[in-house]
Amino acid sequence: MPQNPPGAVRMGLLEDLKEKLGDIAAEIREEKPNYYSVRVEASSLVEAARRLVEMGFDHVASVEGVDWIKEKEMEVSWHAESYEPDLKSIIIKLYTRVPRDDPRVPTLIDVWPSAEFPERETWEMLGVVFEGHPDLRHLLLPSDYEGIPPLRKDYRIKVEGFIVDLTRQQKQ
Amino acid sequence: MTSQGSRSSETDMGYGPGTIKEPGFRYRPMGRDAEGMELYEIFIGPQHPASGHMRIVVRLDGDIIVNADPDIGYVHRTMEKLSETREYLKSIPLFERATIIDSANITWPYVRAVEQMLGVEAPLRAKYLRTLLAEINRISSHLYGFGLTGIFINHSTMYMWSFGDREIWVQLAEELTGARLTHTYIIPGGVRRDLPQGFKEKALKAIRYMERRLEDYMKIFVYNPVTVARFREVGVLTKNDASRLGIVGPNLRASGVHYDARIAEKYGAYPELDFEIPVMEEGDSLARLLVRIEEIKQSMRIIKQVLDKMPQGPFFADKYMRLIPPALRKHVAETGRIKLPGAFIRLKPPAGEAVARGEMGHGEVFYHIVSTGDTKPYRVRIITPAFRNVVLFRHLTRGARFMDLPVIYGSIDYFPPEGDR
Repeated sequence: MPQNPPGAVRMGLLEDLKEKLGDIAAEIREEKPNYYSVRVEASSLVEAARRLVEMGFDHVASVEGVDWIKEKEMEVSWHAESYEPDLKSIIIKLYTRVPRDDPRVPTLIDVWPSAEFPERETWEMLGVVFEGHPDLRHLLLPSDYEGIPPLRKDYRIKVEGFIVDLTRQQKQ
Repeated sequence: MTSQGSRSSETDMGYGPGTIKEPGFRYRPMGRDAEGMELYEIFIGPQHPASGHMRIVVRLDGDIIVNADPDIGYVHRTMEKLSETREYLKSIPLFERATIIDSANITWPYVRAVEQMLGVEAPLRAKYLRTLLAEINRISSHLYGFGLTGIFINHSTMYMWSFGDREIWVQLAEELTGARLTHTYIIPGGVRRDLPQGFKEKALKAIRYMERRLEDYMKIFVYNPVTVARFREVGVLTKNDASRLGIVGPNLRASGVHYDARIAEKYGAYPELDFEIPVMEEGDSLARLLVRIEEIKQSMRIIKQVLDKMPQGPFFADKYMRLIPPALRKHVAETGRIKLPGAFIRLKPPAGEAVARGEMGHGEVFYHIVSTGDTKPYRVRIITPAFRNVVLFRHLTRGARFMDLPVIYGSIDYFPPEGDR
């Protein structure tokens, strides 16, 4: 009995990706079996996404940001997947890195309508501005939230004890 | 398109031209339209007796929904941020609280992603035990959704029945794991407990009971003329839209897309088991109900096979078993319960990243973990099925009648704490 039957790996996808996206991608890698990453410049994101849709990756599972505070960079990534029978085990991460103090990327909701809500969430949680997104309103946070976006690494978590010292609060 | 200062005035532009079939109703500013008819804005929630903690801002032209804007976040618990502040293991009890009714399925892909990074694999028996609990959870999650769908259209019998019958599956899970809902059963390296004595007989009894009950459900609820009249051809989701919007779970499969993360990712014992993925072509609310009924049947089929084929052997990876002191190891072998040493908390995956997907009762859950080689993750991204399906509130309701909204809500089985995380 096989211990861990591997997923149906579609052969030669790395070559397909390189052929299709090679001219605009800075780096194309196979991170893990069935998990590929494509790094592009922010200006080529829309074109890269469009080509991925042509290949069959017609929606995204996730849009997210990773705050690399030491490098002063913000990584913004879209994880595309597909419901096609031969592509369904594959995830492709399309990502870019932008300066952390002014992270601006074009929105991909015209290419991937499924990116709408997660892009909105990434905007509020990490302060990434998706240019052209028509609806950058707060989603999970209170509508009047201001301050450092909470998923940034320089956001300080205020820890409250189990017992709140009321006398001390009143003195203040 | 002019903004009138109200907050949802721009939501209508969600899609680019030609990418999604427009149902034919466009945004109009609040006030009076060209014929002098008034538009109304109605706020539903966030304290709603059936749905719980979410709000829908609905704009109505007479009885027709012009736009519905889901406003979520009322039960946001900052899970992604919290997970960055604690060790890998401690996030398991945290994440299962997103979907407390389906806690094995929501944490399993997370554990698989951590295992991928650590280079550990669960023994075969542990995989079968995980599959067993996952399917028990799937049934109780569907029954929970059924109960809410029932009460949405005021069918309180369905509500009482399915919540009562769900108790059987909750108790089975308790028998296996020791906890009714928050099991924390699946941990890196295997599971916390071995199969208890006499579990198979209890499970088979529960399956026999449930098979009979499903027939009752069909008679009194699903094929009830009132239900059929309200669910058929309401909230139709086309195959193309379902795929483009990235809809997941039974909602996707009711629109004719054959996709299930259990098949796509081939995890657990699923590749060795014989089961079907129910798919329907209609895409309406009734199809979504029927797909869930079929999934309950398939889950019971899986449970039977898992119990028949349950392999002998360890239920926890040898690599971690060696961390346990010999005296305690003897205790583990006798009782079938893992007692972990404190050092286990300091799991340290090497720098890198991992992704994993899994099929919950509500649909596909997605995890992306970024590690910098610390004992705590640098970033954990969780996308729950409810969050992916939330767009359906807008997409399916546009052009529908107002009283179709409860039916659509019930049929997409939205679970607010899961969407908010």
